[in-house]
Amino acid sequence: MIKSQFKSPLFPYLLLLPQLSIVVIFFYWPAAEAIRSSFYLEDPFGFSSTFVGLDNFRDMVSRSDYVATAEFTIIFSVIVTFFSLAIALLLAVTADRVLRGASTYKTLLMWVYAIAPPVAALIGIMMFDTLVGPIAGFFQALGWNYQLGTNRFDTAFAMIVISIWKQVPVNFIFFLSGLQGIPKSVQEAAAIDCASSTRRFWTITFPLLAPTGFFLLIINITYSLFDTFGIIDVVLKGEPGNNPVTLVYKVFLDGFRGNDLGGSSAQSVILMILVLILTVFQFRLIERRVHYN
Amino acid sequence: MAKVVIDNVRKVYPNGTEALSPSSLSIEDGEFIVLVGPSGCGKSTLLRMIAGLEDITEGTISIGERVVNALDPAERDIAMVFQNYALYPHMSVYKNMAYGLKNRGMPKADIDAAVQKAAKLLHIEEFLARKPSQLSGGQRQRVAMGRAIVRDPALFLFDEPLSNLDAKLRNQMRIEIRKLQRELGVTSIYVTHDQIEAMTMADRIAVLNTGKIEQIGTPAQIYHTPASIFVASFMGAPPMNILDGHYNGNGGLEIKDLGHVAVDHTLEVTGDIQVGIRPENVEIHQAEEPHTIPIKVDFLEELGAGRLLHTTIGNTPFIAHLDNEHQINGETVFAHLPARALHLFDASTGRRV
Repeated sequence: MIKSQFKSPLFPYLLLLPQLSIVVIFFYWPAAEAIRSSFYLEDPFGFSSTFVGLDNFRDMVSRSDYVATAEFTIIFSVIVTFFSLAIALLLAVTADRVLRGASTYKTLLMWVYAIAPPVAALIGIMMFDTLVGPIAGFFQALGWNYQLGTNRFDTAFAMIVISIWKQVPVNFIFFLSGLQGIPKSVQEAAAIDCASSTRRFWTITFPLLAPTGFFLLIINITYSLFDTFGIIDVVLKGEPGNNPVTLVYKVFLDGFRGNDLGGSSAQSVILMILVLILTVFQFRLIERRVHYN
Repeated sequence: MAKVVIDNVRKVYPNGTEALSPSSLSIEDGEFIVLVGPSGCGKSTLLRMIAGLEDITEGTISIGERVVNALDPAERDIAMVFQNYALYPHMSVYKNMAYGLKNRGMPKADIDAAVQKAAKLLHIEEFLARKPSQLSGGQRQRVAMGRAIVRDPALFLFDEPLSNLDAKLRNQMRIEIRKLQRELGVTSIYVTHDQIEAMTMADRIAVLNTGKIEQIGTPAQIYHTPASIFVASFMGAPPMNILDGHYNGNGGLEIKDLGHVAVDHTLEVTGDIQVGIRPENVEIHQAEEPHTIPIKVDFLEELGAGRLLHTTIGNTPFIAHLDNEHQINGETVFAHLPARALHLFDASTGRRV
């Protein structure tokens, strides 16, 4: 460790001040404010607030729409995480084998990464639109009366597909670099030891990709829980009606559309705890992550 | 245990470069063959084609009585030891060794017996539960050997397995690999760029240069009757001295800057030739004698077991090996090149004449 040589002991803190103030103003203060208001009941016009203790939380968990949203969020996250990882892994393994035109192929697969979530969602709803969307048209031709925005299941289907499509390139890049980090000679040794390529994948390649996979798992859970907000908002056009939403979107709906700041804050606090658990889990994992030479 | 026949095998990469021109080599059952040559000579390509890791452009390779061209690496009944060992980093030493057997559907008890036996042979019993990352380079090397041995293959392939070890360990492993191979009697092909490994380990050596096999022979044959200038200068440390010369028939051999040397046999070619002599065959005298030429001593290199005398003849560096008893006084000595020790090569083709 290098010891600092400042004359005044306060000087280092002065240097830290800009960074600290950004963190405090934009992260800690709003978080503290959310925790505070989760214990208050605020009138819709924001003139007065009353301390209600844990009433907001009690009210929240007892409401059937919250429980339904939580259930949908779990299903949504599991499906989005699983399929964006699985499809990306499949594509990465395929891309790793490509010898000719490899860079073109990889670039094409990564392209979607550069699209902002709301734009991705816009492209998505054009594809899934009940009247003009080619995908919806295809489903209707198959006899599935696909109705985006009116049928609960159909809307959820579009949200899930768009969310997966948006996340696959990110996972693809990580998986591909993970695959390319596996020494070629190890793959060759395995080729001599094991005749079946499927078996080789599950016994050699897949375990060696596990560190990348764990990391991506956390990233993808976080993505499906929080970062899909933009996609959901665009698909629902801001008007959820009867359609399913995720917990994060419900925070926004209850707080800004429903003007229930206390209830919305209580929901945010629950989400904060969820993020905290995920973060601890992630750090534990990274610490314990196997280091291969 | 098997005979390996490499019949006119050629390798051309998709970009058109020819890594190996049509080459043939027949390896006897239980023989230890070393493929040696500078990097890029095609020795690893040939080994990888035998292993099935590279396609064979032309020709056939057979192991035992089977032509293996179309077989997958796992079906060829071979085991390979890689330069960087290529151990599976997520598996314990035991599992590394058992992996190949498990995939062949061998019963658990038999696998255990085979692994324990190989571990005992290689003195790695106490490491069986460890991961490769917890082992030293030498231990990893042993595990890689163990993984090859448990397979009980028809053919061992070694791809520069010792080049990542330090000099002392390398000497030790060299002897151990050779001993092990003798005990097991498995046909082995060993690739190296180190001519000392080639000389000390091989039953027969194949010297490769720019995609061609220059010479196949026992270490003694390769050393004492090199087939070309390339083999003569590649095999042996310090390398053979090569001087320009001219042969005008009837035993008249002129060496540039040195003068006339009598040769007792007549050569088939006349004209420009190259003359090679191993440093240990040069005779150094303190005083002038018949058929000696004066040379200036540039410096002496102490080897402990002897000394190397460095000089230049014309513009060509020249080395002579001296025994310890041999005293050198003064800056000029007299060298004699015995005619029986000279190697003569055609100056245009580089082949021995």
